[in-house]
Amino acid sequence: MSTLTLLASGEDKFTPPGLELFESPPIIPGVDWFTKPVLLALLSTLIVVAFCWSAFAKPKLVPRGVQNIGEMGYMFVRDQVARPFLGKDADRWMGLLLSLFLMVWVWNVMGVVPVLQFPVASHIAFPIALAIIVYLLKLYLGIKHQGPIGYFKNMMFPPGLPKPIYLLLGPIEFLSTMIIAPFTHAVRLFANMFAGHIILAFFSLVGFWFLFEKLTPLGAPLGVIGVVMTIAMTGFEMFIQFLQAFLFAMLAAMYIGNSLHSSH
Amino acid sequence: MIQAASLLAAEENNPLFPHPYELVVGIFSFAVVLLVVGKILTPRIQKTLAERTEAIEGGIRKAQDAQAEAQALLKQYKDQLAEARHEAARLREEAREQGAQIKAELREEAQAEARRLVAAAHAQIEADRQQAFGQLRTEIGRLSIELAGRIVGESLEDEVRQRRVVDRFLEELESTGAAVR
Repeated sequence: MSTLTLLASGEDKFTPPGLELFESPPIIPGVDWFTKPVLLALLSTLIVVAFCWSAFAKPKLVPRGVQNIGEMGYMFVRDQVARPFLGKDADRWMGLLLSLFLMVWVWNVMGVVPVLQFPVASHIAFPIALAIIVYLLKLYLGIKHQGPIGYFKNMMFPPGLPKPIYLLLGPIEFLSTMIIAPFTHAVRLFANMFAGHIILAFFSLVGFWFLFEKLTPLGAPLGVIGVVMTIAMTGFEMFIQFLQAFLFAMLAAMYIGNSLHSSH
Repeated sequence: MIQAASLLAAEENNPLFPHPYELVVGIFSFAVVLLVVGKILTPRIQKTLAERTEAIEGGIRKAQDAQAEAQALLKQYKDQLAEARHEAARLREEAREQGAQIKAELREEAQAEARRLVAAAHAQIEADRQQAFGQLRTEIGRLSIELAGRIVGESLEDEVRQRRVVDRFLEELESTGAAVR
C-alpha cells in the first residue's frame, strides 16, 4: 500500500520496492505497538486456535469434516517431523511441534492472503521469538537429560575420534550448537519470507506500473510479464511458506531430539 | 516503552533488528497457541487416534475370528452334507433291495393264491359234478322205471329186481355215454 501511495506521489521513474515494504505505521494513532504485523500475528493465533478447536475439541472415532483436515495436519507433523527425529518420544512433543508448525505456516500464509498480504515472519522478531523458546527448551532438556557436564561434553567431544580432532571439533560444535543453530533457525525463516515478500511486491509493482500507472506500447509486455510472474511466484511462494514452516518444526524436533539423547 | 519506541525509530529501517513489542506479541501469541493446541487439543486427538487404532485392531481380530468360525461352520456343513448324501444313497440302495424283495414275495404270494383258487375251483366243480351226477342218477332211475313201468304195464314192485334193472340200464347208459364222449 505504501508503495502505491509513493508511486502516486508523482515520480516518473520506476523504482523497485525496498525496505519501506516492511515499515508499518501504527493502525491506531498513538498505540505504537499495534501495527499490521502485530495484528496479523494475533489474527494468526486466533485462526490456529479456532481451526484446531473445531478439528480436535470433540474428536470422533470416525472423523468428519474439519477433523479430517486437522488429522491430516497432525499426521503430517507426526510422521514427517516428530517420528524421524524423536522416535518413541514423538507423541510427548507433538503438542509443541504441531503448534510450531501451524503457527509458522499461518504466519507465512498471511503473505498471500488477499488484502492482508504480509508474511508475519518477515519481521524478524517473530521467528526470533519462536527460536528463543526452542533454544531455551533445548538447553533445559539437554542439561536435564544428559547432565550439565555431560551435555556439553557430548556436544563438543563426541567419543570415538582421534584426539587432535577434538581441538578443532570442540569449538566448532560449541559455536554451532549454542550460537549458530538458534540464529540460523530464526534467520532462515525470516529471510525466506522477507525475500519472498519483496519478490512478490516487485513483480506486482512491475505489472501495476507498466499496465496502469504508465501504460506505453513498449512497457505493456513487461507489465504482462510482471502479472504472469506475480501469479507464478505466488504459487511458488505458497510452496516456500509451507516448506519453511515444515523446516522450522523439523529443526525444532531435531534440536529437542539431540538434547534428549546425545546425538553422537 | 517510549524509550524502546525511540530506539526503534532509529533502527526502523534495519530489518535485522527485532522490534521488542513484536517479540512480546510473538511469544504471547505462540504461548496462546501452545496452551490451547499443544496442551488441550493435542492430547484429545492423540487419545482418539489411539482409540481408533485399538478399534481397528480389535475389528480386524474380530473379523478374523468370525472368518475362522465361518470356515469351521462351512466345513462342518460340507461334512454333514456329504454324510447326508452318503446316507441317502445307502437308503436308496436299501429301499431298492427291499422293493425287489417285496415284489418277489408278492409275486410268490399271488401265484400261490392263484393256484389255491384254481385248485378250490377245480374241487368245487368236481364236487358239483359228483352231486349233479348223483342226483341225475336217482332222477334218471326213477324216471326210467316210471317210464318202463308205464310201457311194460307191469309194476316192478320187487325192490331187488327193480334196483338190478336200473343199475343195468345205467351201466349201459354210461358205456354209451363214454362211447359218445
